[in-house]
Amino acid sequence: MERLTPDRELAAGLLARAKEKGASQGDVTVVEHEGVGVKVRLGKVETVSQAHETRLGLRLFFGRSSAATSTSDLSRASLDRLLDQTCAMAQATAKDEFGGLPEPGELAAEVPELDLLDEEARGLPVEQGIDAARVAEEHALQYDARITNSEGAEFGNSFNRVIHANSEGFAGEYATSAFHLSVAPVATSNGSMERAHWFSAARRHDALDAPEAVGREAGRRVIRRLGARKVRTREVPVVFDAAIAGTLVRHLAQAVSGYALYQRASFLCDRLGQRVASDLVRIVDDGTIPAALGSRPFDSEGVGVRPKDVVGAGVLKSYLLDAYSARKLGAKSTGNASRGVGRASGVSPMNLYLIPGEDSPGDIVGSVEDGFYVTELMGFGVNLVTGDYSRGASGLWIEKGELAYPVAELTIAGNLNDMLNQVEMVGNDLRPQSPVAAPTVKISRMTVAGE
Amino acid sequence: MDKSLADRPAFSAAAFFDERFGVTARDLDRVLGRAMAARADYADLYFEYRTNDQVHLEEGLVKHASVSTANGVGARVLSEDKTGYAFTDDVTIKNLDSAVRTANVIASDRGSDLPARVPTPAGPRHDLYPVSGSFPDLPLERKIALLQDLDRFARKADPRVKGVFASLLLENKIVLIASSQGWALGDFQPLVRCNVRCIVEDGGKRQAGYFGWGGRMTLDDCTDAERCEAHAREAVRRALVNLEAAAAPAGPMDVVLGPGWPGILLHEAIGHGLEADFNRRRTSAFSDRIGERVATELCTVVDDGTIPWRRGSLNVDDEGTPTQRTVLIENGILRGYMHDRLNASLLGMELTGNGRRESYAHVPMPRMTNTFMLAGNEDPQDIIRSVKDGLYAVSFGGGQVDITSGKFVFSANEAYRIEGGRVTHPVRDATLIGNGPDVLTRVSRVGADLALDDGIGTCGKDGQGVPVGVGLPTIRVDQLVVGGTSVRGPGSFQG
Repeated sequence: MERLTPDRELAAGLLARAKEKGASQGDVTVVEHEGVGVKVRLGKVETVSQAHETRLGLRLFFGRSSAATSTSDLSRASLDRLLDQTCAMAQATAKDEFGGLPEPGELAAEVPELDLLDEEARGLPVEQGIDAARVAEEHALQYDARITNSEGAEFGNSFNRVIHANSEGFAGEYATSAFHLSVAPVATSNGSMERAHWFSAARRHDALDAPEAVGREAGRRVIRRLGARKVRTREVPVVFDAAIAGTLVRHLAQAVSGYALYQRASFLCDRLGQRVASDLVRIVDDGTIPAALGSRPFDSEGVGVRPKDVVGAGVLKSYLLDAYSARKLGAKSTGNASRGVGRASGVSPMNLYLIPGEDSPGDIVGSVEDGFYVTELMGFGVNLVTGDYSRGASGLWIEKGELAYPVAELTIAGNLNDMLNQVEMVGNDLRPQSPVAAPTVKISRMTVAGE
Repeated sequence: MDKSLADRPAFSAAAFFDERFGVTARDLDRVLGRAMAARADYADLYFEYRTNDQVHLEEGLVKHASVSTANGVGARVLSEDKTGYAFTDDVTIKNLDSAVRTANVIASDRGSDLPARVPTPAGPRHDLYPVSGSFPDLPLERKIALLQDLDRFARKADPRVKGVFASLLLENKIVLIASSQGWALGDFQPLVRCNVRCIVEDGGKRQAGYFGWGGRMTLDDCTDAERCEAHAREAVRRALVNLEAAAAPAGPMDVVLGPGWPGILLHEAIGHGLEADFNRRRTSAFSDRIGERVATELCTVVDDGTIPWRRGSLNVDDEGTPTQRTVLIENGILRGYMHDRLNASLLGMELTGNGRRESYAHVPMPRMTNTFMLAGNEDPQDIIRSVKDGLYAVSFGGGQVDITSGKFVFSANEAYRIEGGRVTHPVRDATLIGNGPDVLTRVSRVGADLALDDGIGTCGKDGQGVPVGVGLPTIRVDQLVVGGTSVRGPGSFQG
């Protein structure tokens, strides 16, 4: 079967035909992905994999009712079926007065150049990835004699192209690249076995951390876990390592998602303009940072992106909204639509960072007499409706301002409302190698359960 | 496509992909021949055609309906301990050739001339989800009516219900697996899941409650009015219980786990640690421990992919091996691992039908199917009565494990205090944490009431999600750490 070329013309053609069939509005998204990944373990290549996929998504409105479809089969026959199916479904669903595309004025007027594509993502020789993974693993294994095994090192490079067009005349496209290097060494000592994981990720190949550095950091992280003890159950200050502090920001982002808010499924309902965190907390969502992992020139509905404070000086300044959830809340889209191809609507942050403070991680640890420095979190024990928080944790115990010994098999518990208000120090060590990131954070008091 | 698909899966799946992509049996042989260049040990092709239908209701309205279609093929080449993998969603002979060429790259620097013995699938194939007709579905109008029923049942259950979210998710998948060993097998795999979530509000307090169910069946098989009403009411009951909940206790205490879904304990605490890949690499807390005691003798744990209609069941795994019941722990002694073809071959062990993958875009790995503990003989009420000061946990959210250290967590979202042998008041969400190789050595009582979960589990590993099941009778675990906020006085600590 002949496959049609996924481009803006194809999208415009589909929308024109939908209109003939009576659709009042619609949009088309095409996502193309190419990737290569390698895994090396104990110096030997274990896996080489190559991906190539294209998906096309169609959403149609008939007045106020809608439906969405998607396919990876881009033959003419398949797209004809898709169109008919979408029209039929869209006329069967309920009328929803808040439905529809974004207002024309909200659509991105131009597609800014954000330096998101490194051409090396296509055609990088697979041997280069293998070498990087090998070097990273080697440096992890050499870090300490107690590192005797490995879950391997992985390198991946990918190319993505996004086309979005709608019936209001918007048509835009952009391409992105991503490079990723990670390693997971395993260390053993006195019958205890631990693993740690470290990574680097970037849109540009030359922005990745050196494989040697990634390996050494993984080595440092696994060695410091060895010989962990349990501790007595008590309330203490808790310091979140920068590598995991971003999870707190992510929970907040979920709680200020327009969908959670209008569904009344968030502990931050009705809190816009109110204090939700301590003065030290400023959280910014910015999709316009050049070459950043979460940047994009427009959101999944074609709305332009702009930087905004989500929390400023502890006060909730902005929700994260797409066109639909904005209308439900009587607000404007914040350009955070993140509808996957053919999926239900949703929102997500772009680059969401807790803005660094003045203190070094050493100063933060130094401020704690008796407390828990968390390096790993486990499980899903966060209730966004109530803010109740309870997760498995391991890390290091702080005694008299020093990292004293490793601890494991603990839980930390509190309520996100209290935790955000009890942020006592914010580090100066933001590492923006994930779209959601935070520096080291100290929370003045949480319950740690152990022995 | 016709009804015969379910009756003669292998034949029909081959015909389906031939018709769709024009790839004949002869083409497959030729492509697989090329995949075996440079003396590779094994090669296979995994063809998949899948549709996913979703319908969602909120605020009493079915606002969203979607259908997505995916098809593609993954080509895999094994050479010694190396895997080459390439996939494409544009299935043509040219792309197949290109995919196997890429996958075969790993065979080029072979260390040994000796071919590895790659086990062939054996045993009868099953017919665990014989649905009538291919691509079973209901008209959209019927699905809309079902969702509206669920909404009405939930709202009727209690005036404090302020929001109801219901959805129906339906997946129909046809696969064809062709291997360099000369066999080709097909399967048709239906999967449905129904969800009801509600938000309750009372005096400024809000809580959510959820109930989900499904399996490898049709929507018609699991959405009769009686069942829908019971399940919608259950979601409401769970939310209301949590409105009354007090702070959960913090620290170690005796924990009674209710039957069914709390079997997620087994999935996290021991299941992942017994997947063969981690054991071949010796990075599991269970490595080299076959034959050792890892649980009290009350505990026998199996992984069973052969239970009809279950979410975790498969006629054949995603490498074409018939599924089976594998004993993992027998009366407390560790008996075996769960294998895919690569790891069984490298360890010289037998296939267990646990080679699974999310889709054609993913490499197979050892994965669980339905993992559960066999029933004991105690009355569940006696087990609760045996606890002086503890926790009774009956419903959980997700869990996670660190395979290497063995530490695992799972999060209770419906739990009660047990005081003086009696269940007293509900407590708020709390994570429970333990150590995999240790936790089953603390199982002191096992009930007679084995139940499997309702069909909602999805297991994630290395970025791949696959549907699974779990099960458990009521059990008592002595001194498990409960991660609440309420620190108890030292006087109340036990042990």
